[in-house]
Amino acid sequence: MAKERKGIEVSLAISEAVCQADVDVVSAYPITPQTHIVEHLSELVADGHLDAEFVPVESEHSAMSVCVGSSAVGARSFTSTSSQGLALMAEIFFITSSLRLPVVMALANRSLSGPLSIWNDHTDTMMVRDAGWIHVFVDNGQEAYDHIFWAFRVAEDKGVRLPVAVNLDGFIMTHMIEPIDFEDTELIKKYLPPHRMEGALHPDNPLSMGCFAMPEMYTETQAARDHALLNSYPVCLKAWDEWAALTGRKYLPIETYRTEDAEYCIVTMGSFGETAMNAIDELRAEGEKVGGIRIRLWRPFPFDDFFRAAAGKKYLIVLDRAISFGGPGGPVALEVRNALYKKTKAPTVVDYVAGLAGRDVAVNDFKKIILEGKAKAEKGKTKGYTLYGLRSS
Amino acid sequence: MEKFSVFSSRLVEKAEFFTSGHRACQGCAEALAVRHVLKALGRDTIVAMSTGCMEIISSPLPTTAWKVPWIHVAFENSSAVASGCESGMKAMMRKGKIPKKKINFVGMGGDGATADIGMGQLSGALERGHDMIYVCYDNEAYMNTGIQRSSETPWGASTTTSPAGRKSIGQHTQKKDMPKIAVAHHIPYVATACSSFPFDLMEKVKKASEIEGPAYVHVMSVCPTGWRIPTEEAIKYGRLIVDSCVFPLFEVVNGKYSMTYKPEKILPVAEYIKGQGRFRHLTPQMIEEIQEHTTREYEKILKMCEEG
Repeated sequence: MAKERKGIEVSLAISEAVCQADVDVVSAYPITPQTHIVEHLSELVADGHLDAEFVPVESEHSAMSVCVGSSAVGARSFTSTSSQGLALMAEIFFITSSLRLPVVMALANRSLSGPLSIWNDHTDTMMVRDAGWIHVFVDNGQEAYDHIFWAFRVAEDKGVRLPVAVNLDGFIMTHMIEPIDFEDTELIKKYLPPHRMEGALHPDNPLSMGCFAMPEMYTETQAARDHALLNSYPVCLKAWDEWAALTGRKYLPIETYRTEDAEYCIVTMGSFGETAMNAIDELRAEGEKVGGIRIRLWRPFPFDDFFRAAAGKKYLIVLDRAISFGGPGGPVALEVRNALYKKTKAPTVVDYVAGLAGRDVAVNDFKKIILEGKAKAEKGKTKGYTLYGLRSS
Repeated sequence: MEKFSVFSSRLVEKAEFFTSGHRACQGCAEALAVRHVLKALGRDTIVAMSTGCMEIISSPLPTTAWKVPWIHVAFENSSAVASGCESGMKAMMRKGKIPKKKINFVGMGGDGATADIGMGQLSGALERGHDMIYVCYDNEAYMNTGIQRSSETPWGASTTTSPAGRKSIGQHTQKKDMPKIAVAHHIPYVATACSSFPFDLMEKVKKASEIEGPAYVHVMSVCPTGWRIPTEEAIKYGRLIVDSCVFPLFEVVNGKYSMTYKPEKILPVAEYIKGQGRFRHLTPQMIEEIQEHTTREYEKILKMCEEG
């Protein structure tokens, strides 16, 4: 594919990126709103644009199992899922990272049952937050396209060897047609060299993978897993830097918008970020000293980048898209509060949850949340969380 | 080495790919079956193993009993993982990323992993037509976790979750017929085997590896612990289950059934049942019922073999 800008559905752009990444195995099961990604991939294979094995499995549990098998023999492997599908594959999702296999997955975020809903929120991905995968959240179609290459690049790095989930909001992103800059396949080859995995399963070099551990061994394996994830951070940065050098598109683990002189900020993850920027612009015009912080890298959590972004702010209004039931609030707010704990002059955290299962959150809603949140912070009403737009009976 | 049984045991591969020093119980016929299966397959083999006895006894970190590449992922998915290994290698060889080579891709699981929790995944893998072999080691219960019933536990057997009691005969349903379920997938090769008949077992596994497409081999693997028999009698009971026709040895090539072993003298089922602790509560009438069921099922298989 040559360099060009075209209007395309984001799901299809992701499939085109997977094709340009020259994957060897795609294994998937259809689930809304991920379906278009694998449908288009199966077309690309059927038409001979992508030379890969497309393995149409009988469940998401098998989709991840096939990727574990193909990745273990050293093949570049991709899958994609959403919601209930992720819940079904959760068991293997954990094992992929424990076996240190560089599988890449596009995770079209969607709510979990029940009640059954096909629309977007972050409940599914929060379920596997602690699975040892690298998690990145993209904010628009261009970022989604770019991060497929970034994900393989990071996953396959010798010092990392971990699976990567590229999280994108279901429907809000998967089903949107956006103008996307496609890169030349030659440039992709430069950025993403062919995958050569040390210690892949092969009869010439037999080894055992996935052994069982007695209590005296298990702890050490988990420590190694955690170290691997934490140590992936500089590789993530380097991969973004090199992508910027090649394409001019620069990404950071934590991104900020008009924060320099901001007294307080709204913190978001995923596609909330862009709408928030519009609300920030409007509030700025009204004299509010507000800025925006977007978390792009969710795991490993970029603590220092976050501290820098939040430094000197009075309040942080965290907007979550999932609820940790029976806990103190949304998962992102939990994380942010924990990160700031014992920091001197830490900003006050106000926790909002909105946009569950596809309920629209427009610019005006953001403005309301920001102003309401600020008022709550000023009054010290920061206990628990607020479910924005909750209708009473 | 076409027919081990016709030639001699000296032709059998001398190298061991499943080595001694593993932690299997004494007299484990499953460990023996694994050893024979690997001898038939040779070193160019990749094994995906389900969680179960064999994974636990063969791979405690930092040791391994496997001399061929081996991967364990979870309880139910060795079929899917093996199909992934096959797909990955196929793509990489086609694209010239690695040199071409004939490799056997093998999924292995116990009866619980195969007939219960992994049934859907096995069905999917067989249906998709991967060039792989699935070997089920059937010891007729979840032995690793303490002898609980599975859908391969035979009628009348007492296990810790189908105990015989005043109001129960033990397991009250018949064994799930996995080989026939495999045949229903229209795959090119299905066979039953037993580690008490090693040449027959090795021939079938060899055949399975030579046939292109999915193959299913159901191996009866006597478990002295679960069957409550003396450890030194595992081989004897393997012969008894086959010679009493409770577990006939046959193969199905492209849908055509044929017997690979016919007992010279069919033993009464009672011969096989007596001495097994899991059946000790059975009354003569119950044993008679098992005999009737066994005869009926064996005749069905014979008829299918005649029809070809």
